[in-house]
Amino acid sequence: MTTDFWRIVFGRLDLGALDFLTAFRDPTLNEIILSGAAWAVILGGLAAVVALSRYRLWGPLWQNYLVSVDHKRIGIMYIVLAGIMLVRGVLEGVVMRGQQADGLGGGFLSANHYAQLFSTHGTIMIFFMAMPFLTGLINIVVPLQIGARDVSFPMLNSASLGLTVAGAALVMISLVVGQFSTGGWTAYPPYTDSLFQPGPGPDYWLWSVLLAGLGTTITGINFVVTILRERAPGMTLMKMPMFTWTALCTAILMVFALPPVTVSTAMLLLDRYAGFHFFTNALGGNMMNYANLFWLFGHPEVYILILPAFGVYSEIVATYSGKRLYGYGSLVVATMSIAVLSFTVWLHHFFTMGQDADMNAAFGIATMLIGVPTGVKVYDWMATMYRGRVRMTVPMVYLVSFMVLFVLGGLSGIILANPSIDFQVHNTLFLVAHFHNMLIPGLLFGMLAGYTYWFPKLFGFRLNDRWGYISAWSWVAGFVLVFFPMYVVGLMGMTRRTVAYTNPAYQPWMILSAVGGVVVTVALLSLFVQLYVSIRDREFTRDIGGDPWDARTLEWATPSPVPAYNFAVIPHVHAREAFAVAKEAGLGYQAPPAYADIHLPGDTWMGVILAVFGTAFGFGMIWYMWWLAALSFAVMAVAFIGRALRGDRAGVVIPAAQVAAEHRAWLAAVGRLAPVTREHEQDGINHGVAAPETREVAA
Amino acid sequence: MSGTSAIHAAPGLSYEAGHDHDHDAAGKALWGFWLFMMSDLILFGLFFATYATMLDPMSYAGGPTPRDLFELPGAAMETAVLLTSTLTFGLASLAVKYEQGRGRVLGWLGVTLALGLVFLGLEVREFAHMIAIGAVPQRSGFLSAFFGLVPLHGLHVTAGAIWLVILMVQIVGKGIDAGLTSRLARLALFWHFLDIIWIGIFSIVYLGGIV
Repeated sequence: MTTDFWRIVFGRLDLGALDFLTAFRDPTLNEIILSGAAWAVILGGLAAVVALSRYRLWGPLWQNYLVSVDHKRIGIMYIVLAGIMLVRGVLEGVVMRGQQADGLGGGFLSANHYAQLFSTHGTIMIFFMAMPFLTGLINIVVPLQIGARDVSFPMLNSASLGLTVAGAALVMISLVVGQFSTGGWTAYPPYTDSLFQPGPGPDYWLWSVLLAGLGTTITGINFVVTILRERAPGMTLMKMPMFTWTALCTAILMVFALPPVTVSTAMLLLDRYAGFHFFTNALGGNMMNYANLFWLFGHPEVYILILPAFGVYSEIVATYSGKRLYGYGSLVVATMSIAVLSFTVWLHHFFTMGQDADMNAAFGIATMLIGVPTGVKVYDWMATMYRGRVRMTVPMVYLVSFMVLFVLGGLSGIILANPSIDFQVHNTLFLVAHFHNMLIPGLLFGMLAGYTYWFPKLFGFRLNDRWGYISAWSWVAGFVLVFFPMYVVGLMGMTRRTVAYTNPAYQPWMILSAVGGVVVTVALLSLFVQLYVSIRDREFTRDIGGDPWDARTLEWATPSPVPAYNFAVIPHVHAREAFAVAKEAGLGYQAPPAYADIHLPGDTWMGVILAVFGTAFGFGMIWYMWWLAALSFAVMAVAFIGRALRGDRAGVVIPAAQVAAEHRAWLAAVGRLAPVTREHEQDGINHGVAAPETREVAA
Repeated sequence: MSGTSAIHAAPGLSYEAGHDHDHDAAGKALWGFWLFMMSDLILFGLFFATYATMLDPMSYAGGPTPRDLFELPGAAMETAVLLTSTLTFGLASLAVKYEQGRGRVLGWLGVTLALGLVFLGLEVREFAHMIAIGAVPQRSGFLSAFFGLVPLHGLHVTAGAIWLVILMVQIVGKGIDAGLTSRLARLALFWHFLDIIWIGIFSIVYLGGIV
């Protein structure tokens, strides 16, 4: 009787699932690392709670962030999430490098633990580092670039964040309670079916991806509507900044490419929970359907990831070259081409899984075609720099490294796109080297460049350059050291996802790769040191004028930090590089003829409710605690319907007088500041007003 | 409007008095909803595609085939009921457009809801019959695909029916204001969309299974 009761309460959860206890039962290095990670999550969470209580930050955190619908605050929360997950993802990568350096005939990790590591590493880096990072950046920048007050659906924006956080929370909880999937970030059945992995691992993967995927779909819808409907008067599509173009393409891809993964996860869940036969070996299941569905999402996904980074690079290359962006029209066409072509190549992820040669050839050619618009972009960026007054700032270090490394990675992609070569190197570390070569210089460097570039806009001070350079160069060197050896061992035949190997020829390369892992760790630490030093020294890098880089687009025509309402008066846009053209004419800081009351959307609890009860729902489903899942689902449904019925009742009106006072005070401050030339961009005298210099601007 | 003169007066950007964004909330919501439906359509499209790949002796796994399971009268009845409900929803929309009064709008919506519930009842009866004769989703890949696709549509109709009830309660409580008209327009789109999906199901699953 009581056993039944506890089974209903706790489902299949028992004490054996608590990872932080295993090291005490079985103190091997493998178990100590497993438990250590669990303790890191527990203690990290506790430390955050203690710090927030100690400094009485719960109120401000709740008021200014958690319930806020301000797109900038939501963007910051996304990026904080990305930062936390980046730490875990990098550390897992470093542990894997250590294992493989020591992996000749053994190593210190169990095969099962290693499989969990590469599964969580991939899942986290794609879904919970890259996606939140780019979504955060899009959130922060796009409304500012198009001259809007907020996104079209502020409440849904908060809801998207809540769902993403719930997915990330489940992945973090899997470190403490139970084990994660060992099926890689793609979770191919039948290996992930209940026959082979009856435990909670694949369920952790499925529910976190499903929740985060729903959040991303809503984000996509939100940003397509925002970009198409909220632009300032006069900003036609072909006057949009390039980052906004890439955000639009990414948002469109989110709307159309996320449903396949929703379908594949839903079907796999039915297989696992209800005994369906979508992908099973027995009774007519067909796992090829999973491969097709997953990659029908998975390939457009890599362009969801890369396009915003291309947008960041397009912005910074023009700004730091002091020159208009070369080939704007070709960049727009290339971005759109990539978005369309991204749906035509998914089969190259499984050339070896049984299609005929003609089919493979068609998809191989389509894959190579994507190199064309991407090449156009690289030439456009180079042409922008050509004869420009290039300043090698931190974002430019990322850009230049990206241009070199990304082209190399692209070339290895062209090699892999050839099915006959792919048959030789698929499933080796050559492939692992290839996609890290695209995503680290492409996505990660782009995001870090964007973080450095737009940071002062949000916080009113610049990031420390010294630590920025240290971090940037460490990322570059660390990346090369970690992944270039993988090309070599991949060609030698070393398969991916293996915990140990027997060929001693691999080991020197793997040791080199592990050294790279140390350098990458230094890069990661430097980022946090940079943040600390920048906050400590913020009085020396104050950005008051709002334009520390002599930049070109609308977001820089606002004060730093940007007020909640973004623009005191919505500007009319008459040029592609509106702010640069205005500055050229000496009209960068105009006083509007009149101010009006500003209406802003009200706070919402929806994000918090979805984050908390979404996590509880997923946890209940994973551990068969049906009461918890049902209760949490009911809470979310009632909250959502209630909000739909009530509408936004908490809207805020900022009176015209207040807006006018704030804006006039800022204009006066700008007038008092000494404009700085680009020679002093990184000095203490740069307070965000740029001296007029010869500019080449795009009307 | 700002013509060329404004450009000469203020290159790049300018601020003009008394000119802010139009707050077209209903229009934006409608755009967002169209996008949601496009996304949802992909969801259905992939369930259709999966179903099509499962129309294969390997996926029947020795179990019942479409020819054994589906019969036209039942599916035709469901189709007739659902298509009629889309007509009555259209009449409700017209009643809103021509301001024919709260009573008439509620009446047509009530008929729509009733037809929707009848449709769901017929569908549940069909599933119950299939389960009774052992044609359960656990039997074969084909039946899994069927029970993935058709009940997914049924779930959508259920969600639409709940939404319909909520809007009817709002009409009774607050009358038909601009916000409600906009919500009703979106629900109408959704309802008609589900009809189109059903036509796909009728053609591919039922007609396709019988021929």
